[in-house]
Amino acid sequence: MSDAATACATDETLMERHAAAVRRVRLGSRAGLVALGLVLLYLVYAWFAFDIPHLIRTAEPQRAVLLATDSVAHKVHVTKSLRNPGFEVAVEGERTATYEHLPDWVRADAAGEDVFVDLGEGHTVTIDGQTLTLTTPESGPITVTATDDGVRIAYSGEKPDWVREGYNVQTDTLVKFDARPTIDRRVQVTRSKMEIHRFFLGWEHFFFPFGSQLHGKSVGELVDLAFSAPRLDPDQSNLALMAETIWTNREWQHRAVAIALLETVLMAVLGTLTAALVALPLAFAAARTFNRIGPVRFALRRLFDFLRGIDMLIWSLIFIRAFGLGPLTGALAIAFTDTGTLGKLFSEALENIDKKQIEGVQATGANRWQRYRFGVIPQILPVFVSQGLYYLESNMRSATVIGALGAGGIGLMLVETMRTSRDWENTLYIIILTILLVVSMDALSSWLRRRLILGR
Amino acid sequence: MSSPAINLGQHADIVAMEQRRRVYSLLTVLIVAAILAGGYTQAETMNSGGFVRGMMQFLDYPGDIVEEAWASGWAFWGIAWGFMPALIETLNIAATATILGGLLAMVFAFLSTRNLDVWPPLIPVSRRLMDVMRAFPELILALFLIFVLGASSVPAMIAIAVHTIGALGKLFSEVNENVDRRPIEGLQAVGAGWLQRMRFGVLPQVLPNYTSYFLMRFEINVRASAILGFVGAGGLGAELRRTIGWGSGEETAALLLLLFASIMVIDQFSGVVRRSLVSGTLLTQRTVA
Repeated sequence: MSDAATACATDETLMERHAAAVRRVRLGSRAGLVALGLVLLYLVYAWFAFDIPHLIRTAEPQRAVLLATDSVAHKVHVTKSLRNPGFEVAVEGERTATYEHLPDWVRADAAGEDVFVDLGEGHTVTIDGQTLTLTTPESGPITVTATDDGVRIAYSGEKPDWVREGYNVQTDTLVKFDARPTIDRRVQVTRSKMEIHRFFLGWEHFFFPFGSQLHGKSVGELVDLAFSAPRLDPDQSNLALMAETIWTNREWQHRAVAIALLETVLMAVLGTLTAALVALPLAFAAARTFNRIGPVRFALRRLFDFLRGIDMLIWSLIFIRAFGLGPLTGALAIAFTDTGTLGKLFSEALENIDKKQIEGVQATGANRWQRYRFGVIPQILPVFVSQGLYYLESNMRSATVIGALGAGGIGLMLVETMRTSRDWENTLYIIILTILLVVSMDALSSWLRRRLILGR
Repeated sequence: MSSPAINLGQHADIVAMEQRRRVYSLLTVLIVAAILAGGYTQAETMNSGGFVRGMMQFLDYPGDIVEEAWASGWAFWGIAWGFMPALIETLNIAATATILGGLLAMVFAFLSTRNLDVWPPLIPVSRRLMDVMRAFPELILALFLIFVLGASSVPAMIAIAVHTIGALGKLFSEVNENVDRRPIEGLQAVGAGWLQRMRFGVLPQVLPNYTSYFLMRFEINVRASAILGFVGAGGLGAELRRTIGWGSGEETAALLLLLFASIMVIDQFSGVVRRSLVSGTLLTQRTVA
């Protein structure tokens, strides 16, 4: 009988526990659903706060296509000016890269009055005085005439959708003809200029600029020049000449890019090292285990909070004002911010160390410094090194950003080429270098961490 | 019974190891000192303004803007209040990016953890994807998106969200690696499907840690969104760029104050929540109730 009673009681408690468990799970599910609902509501609000509908209307996806094409290709401009009569064929339309002998797909008389351009795959352009005729495989010839106050266009059929016409809003006259039959061919006519672009794959003049003696030589010729051929420049060997020509390439600016990369590395390395070395002694003074004077600890803690709270953006702006453009500015901005962060981390690590090791060292008659050196430092060294390396890694990114704010280095170069340049291959080049820099710093730091901390 | 010879041998080994270690330490210290000395000399020559002059001018700019702010008197608080929309925009960028990035990071984390019964070939794929998203600099993505989408807050939001997926995904998957598999097996034994096992067996174990990392990331993202604003996206950063360009000291001071205050508040708030999550007060309350 007593057995049955206990069984019954256990049953009841079991039932109760089961009911309670079910209730708990249901409550959890409901709380989860409510949280999800709130998040969803917030996202709906954000959708309108960011005005996504407007963004979708005004986005220019063709810009992405343009950027993608232009960053892996270079274009040759065939330009005929109508105001100050002139005709030239130049790479990227740059005066320093003008062809003296026209490429074989362009035929023209010296004045550019009678021009024939073969754009490949059945696309041709002829210019006769003020009139340009564009012929494409699909549609018939389109004739565009530049007049004194605009352009006149005659289609042989419907207007193709790859032609854009530009109007002067005030006088309501047609002032611009802009045709892009394929992604790598473009023809533009205004009353002052006719311009034809033909794109070619690859980065032009990456090593040797257009005007140099080395331009347009094959790899075999270059190897030959480097090792056996007579000197092109009597003052230096051909190898030295090549190096100098590449280094001083004005279009790609290899020299300036290398200096910018060095500046960014300097910012990150100097900033992180300084922060770590300054933070370590301060962390000792801020740790309860090593400093019994409460007010000092409190003041240091608030200092760390202050340094961190000011944020890298604000520090950068202050330092850019005081120190101007350069790596010192970025290094100090990083050092100030991270002294706060690392100081806090180190002091927490110091408060959690194992006292027994210090006591053991003390038992052998060690003085204060020996206790620190043999009882404390070995315990916090792994934290010190691994956190230092983590911050070095993340500061490599921060250094590019601080650079973009105005401290210089590769970040500033990136922002400037993106804002001003029409030649996206330079931008892509800098982007690739920046990513390589960041990724290789990540790899180096994780390799060092493995070697130093885990001993593998 | 220990033989003194062996002890002596061990002692010699230890001493030799210690000496080698000292040589390495000395070398490291020398290398670090060389990097610092060489680096600072180089940086000093490359910088447009020198160190000494810079240090002397260091307090000039903060001093100027504080002075201008002081001169504007009570109107200063009106100016600061006027920048509230910009602050809200910056916070919105950070919050949306953290939420979207965090949700996707959860998906990636579950797909990249070995002990959660995922289809194995998927694991390296999602890991590499996270690596790429983490490594790609936010700045570059933001600038590219600004070029395509136009200058607004959305490019910054997307750029930060992408980075968040990579960063949080890695942390989340580390949390997942350490889950206790017994609840999963128990659920499997009663016939639960994969989603149910994850929902009832894994999620309760990992949610506190997830929340803690999530809040930490929100903190970081608020700072990042202010910075990206300066480069061309909207919010506090964009306003800051404008006021600094116009040399309007009191407005700059108001913006800096807002940024500083909001970072401090978020920092403290998330610190309190994270501490209670880690020490388990929220957790224990839930299990006791």
